Order: sequence, then structure tokens, then C-alpha cells
Amino acid sequence: MITKKFIQKALPYLVLSIIGIMFFIPLLWVIFASFDTHATLSIKLPEEFTLDNWKKILTDFEILRSFGIGVFLSLVSSIVLVFCSALAAYPLSRYHIKHKNSVILTILFMSGLPMTAIMVPVYQLFVFFNINDSLIATMLFMAASGLPYGIWLMKNFIDSVPITLEESAWIDGASVLTGLRKVVAPLMKPGIFTVLIFTFTNSWGNFFVPFILIQTREKLPASVTIFQFFGQHGMVFYGQLAAFSFVYTIPVIILYFVGQKYMSAGFSMGGASKG
Amino acid sequence: MSKKKSLNGNMYLKTFLFGLPSIILIMLFVLGPIIMTFYYSFTNMALTGAAAADTQFVGFDNFVRMFQDPSFKTSVLNTIIFLIASAVIGQQIVGFLVAYLMKQKARPFRRVIGILVLAGWITPEIVVAFVWFAYLSDQGTLNIMLGFLGIKPVAWLLNFPLISVIFVNIWHGAAFSMLMYQAALDDIPQEVEEASRIDGANAWQRLWRITLPIIKGSAVTNMVLVTLQTLGVFTLIYALTGGGPGEKTTTLPIFMYDQAFVNYQLGYGTAISLVLLLIGITLSLIYIRFLKTE
Repeated sequence: MITKKFIQKALPYLVLSIIGIMFFIPLLWVIFASFDTHATLSIKLPEEFTLDNWKKILTDFEILRSFGIGVFLSLVSSIVLVFCSALAAYPLSRYHIKHKNSVILTILFMSGLPMTAIMVPVYQLFVFFNINDSLIATMLFMAASGLPYGIWLMKNFIDSVPITLEESAWIDGASVLTGLRKVVAPLMKPGIFTVLIFTFTNSWGNFFVPFILIQTREKLPASVTIFQFFGQHGMVFYGQLAAFSFVYTIPVIILYFVGQKYMSAGFSMGGASKG
Repeated sequence: MSKKKSLNGNMYLKTFLFGLPSIILIMLFVLGPIIMTFYYSFTNMALTGAAAADTQFVGFDNFVRMFQDPSFKTSVLNTIIFLIASAVIGQQIVGFLVAYLMKQKARPFRRVIGILVLAGWITPEIVVAFVWFAYLSDQGTLNIMLGFLGIKPVAWLLNFPLISVIFVNIWHGAAFSMLMYQAALDDIPQEVEEASRIDGANAWQRLWRITLPIIKGSAVTNMVLVTLQTLGVFTLIYALTGGGPGEKTTTLPIFMYDQAFVNYQLGYGTAISLVLLLIGITLSLIYIRFLKTE
């Protein structure tokens, strides 16, 4: 009897541990190979632990530039997105206007559409307006494609800020915009950071969009240069490829852990207002 | 009366002005291209050759060609298999299993397992492709592990390409479903479980009769959402197999890219986009339909 009960208790732990380990094992190669100058596709502990691969990647001007471009594309597009979505979401949250639900449903509908499907016409649009190969236009496209989901998230966050606070600000003579900037924005910091981190990570990891819209080698962000590195040197310098992948992933890992704090705060806030 | 009306008018004007930056960006970069998709699908636009200089309206030519193209049929079939196996079945089962087993487990344990599963999710797609390229290679980690069991090395990406790509996508996406199911399971009141336990239901009955019926709504919503995300997957497959060997892993996004940017047939590529878009529109309508009823 005791053994049966013990097995029933232990089984979930065992199954979860196996799943967890299986999920992690594929990543071991990147970690080991990045510290091994003689790395191959096969997994092995580095004979000699070395930071050479990391040094090579972090001192290569072209690679550093591509990281800089990646930061520009991701950071500016997420700031544009946060700004536009906060403005658009505000009246959707606060005003009782006709057809509001239809507008919100349309926004949700658009957020579901796979942006992959429109990349061919987007390319044609860029060629037509002669903005092909432009980093600023690419950045704007990235912001625009994330806007529907951003507005939806933002609206939920604004919903969770009590309107009474703004009303007292209005009575004191503040305009709607001042109320939004001085009262709502500070209270919804978690929401703003969530949207910011979410869009930054999405753009940082986006390969397809810059791959199609940017042609000049010197303008490519890290997501594309890492792919080219794989094509050109990857077959020989697996260690460097692993280090490159590692460095490229670090910002996402940091942002995830930073974001978790805000996100849990944000979601519990959203949940409270819904319930 | 008139005062109220002008106040209302003011509200609409403000809503419009506040929304203006978003409206402009979405019109220009999202709705514009969607409308263009419908238009250019009926042209012979090309990047090179005679049609490049003189794009003409060709009616349903692209679609006739598409339905006669065996490569189109292959990529539709691959897309369906990929969607069903990785989004509808794989990610749902893995995500739910992890979320369900994690219920009421010790916090540190939950956290460790959660991070291990989430690691695959936060890894950028292009890195996921490299990681799995190494993992599945001839001397890769998977073959080494199977070697311990006495199984000979398998060239996974050559001999089982579609299955490999499906597994990679499950690995990359499962954490999203895990989070969704965790949220749904947390919403079930403890008393419901307790009551059925007291009534003598065993774990299996509780799962099938209590838990699953309660979370059915969120499960369907999540399923449609993940299917939509999976429909747009390009980078993972492109970097891992390039759609090959042959056309074995060519899904619609890869086929669209090949036609438009490798063969320079933009018109034909746009027609394939349209098919992709129509599937997306249908799924997205189903998605908001479920959200509305929830």
C-alpha cells in the first residue's frame, strides 16, 4: 500500500524531471561549444576551457555593428509602438463610444494574422516607395506589425488603473493628455515595460523581416548576420557560431527575467480588474 | 441636449486623434499590404525578365498555375501535417502535461522545471535552428544518447526531416501553452477538486470529468492561437532544412519565399501569400469568435 502511494506521489516528479532534462539537453551543445576552440557538431566537454570564441565575436567590428543595428531596430520600434499604442488604447479604455467593441475585436483579429503572409507585398510596397533597404522604414514596419497586439495589451493595462485618479486631476484643471502622462503612465509602468520588453524581444529575434527588407551587408542586424556567419564560417568555426548564438541570446534572457517581475505584477493587476 | 452632443463629438474626435499615429502605421504597413496581396495575386509581376518592366493583369492565371503545381500541393500537405502535429497535438499535449503535473508541487521544483521548458521558448528562432542542427547531426547529442541504448546513428534531418522540424517546433513553442494552461488550471476553484475527491473520483476521472471540461474554452482558444503562430513559422524551417531535402519540409511560407525571392515570380509568390493570408483570416475569425463567447 505504502509503495503504491509512494509511486503515485513520485511519478509526476519523475515525469517532469525527465521532460525538463529533455528540454535542456539540446542547449548543452551551445554552452560547451562556445568555450571550446576545437568544437564540432558533436557534444563534448572542452578539453581546455577558453574564452577565445567569445573574444573573437566580441571584438569583430562587423558583428558588433550588427548588434548595434539590432538594438536600434528593436529599441526604437518598441518605443514607437509603446507611444502609439498607449495613445490609441487610452480612449478605447476610457470613453463609452459606439462600436467600441467592434474596434477592439478588429484589433484582436489583426493581432492574430500571421505577418509572414504579407511579407511579399510589404517588399513590393517598400520597392514602390523606394524605402527598400531603409533601416528606419524597417523599424516602422516592425512597430506597425506589433501594434494591434500592443494596443490590446495596453488597453487591458489602462483598464486596471482606476479612473477616479484622473478625474481628480481633471478637476484640478489637467487636460486629458496631461492626465495620461502624469497620472496613468506612472501607474501603469508594469504595463508599459511589459509591452516594451515583449516587442523588443520579438524584434530582436526577428530574422525574416530584415532578411527581406534590408539588402546592404553593412545594414544587417544580428539576427541576419548570425545566419550568414553560419553559411560562411559555421561549418568550420562551430565554437564561434556557438559563442555568437550565446551572446545574441543573452539580452533576451536578461529581459525575460527583468520582465517577469513586471509581467506578474501587470497580469495580477489585469486579473483584479477583470474579476 | 446640444451640449451633450458636442461633448460626444469631442470624444469621437479625441478618440480619432489619439488613434491617428496607430491608424496611419497600421493602414500603411499592415492593411495596405493586405489589400495589395489581393491585387497583385492577379498580376504577373516579376523581379526580372519581361514581366518586371511591364506588370500586367493576368486574371486567375496564378491560381490556375498554383492548383496545377505539384509543389503547391506538397507544401499545402506539409503545412497541414506541420500544423496538426506540432501546434494542434504536440504543443497542446506537452504544454498541458507539464502544467497539469506541476499543480501543487513544491515551488522550487516548479520553478526549475518551468525555466527548463521556457528556455526553449525564449531562445530566438535562428538560434533554435543552430541548436537543433547540432543536436540532430550525425555525431550530435541525440545520436550519442541513442548510442548508449545500442541504436545506430540516424541522419535525422535527411531521413526524417518533417518529423524533426515538428519536434523542434514543439520544443520551441510548448512553453507558451504551458503558461496558458497553468493560468487556466489556477482558475479552477480548489473546492471543485476537493468535492470530486470526496465523492470518490480517482485521478483519471477527475482529469476527464472535471478538469478538462472546465478548461475546454481556454484550450480551444489556445489551440487556435498556437496554430496561427505556427502557420507563420519561416525562420526555423528555413535555417534548419531550407525546406528540403527536396520539398520534404517545404511549408507554404517557404514555398512563398522560394517563388517570390528565389525564382523572382512576385505575382505568383503573392498568390501563395493570399492562400496563406486566407487561412490566417479564417483562423483569426475563429479565434475572436471563441474569445467573444468566453
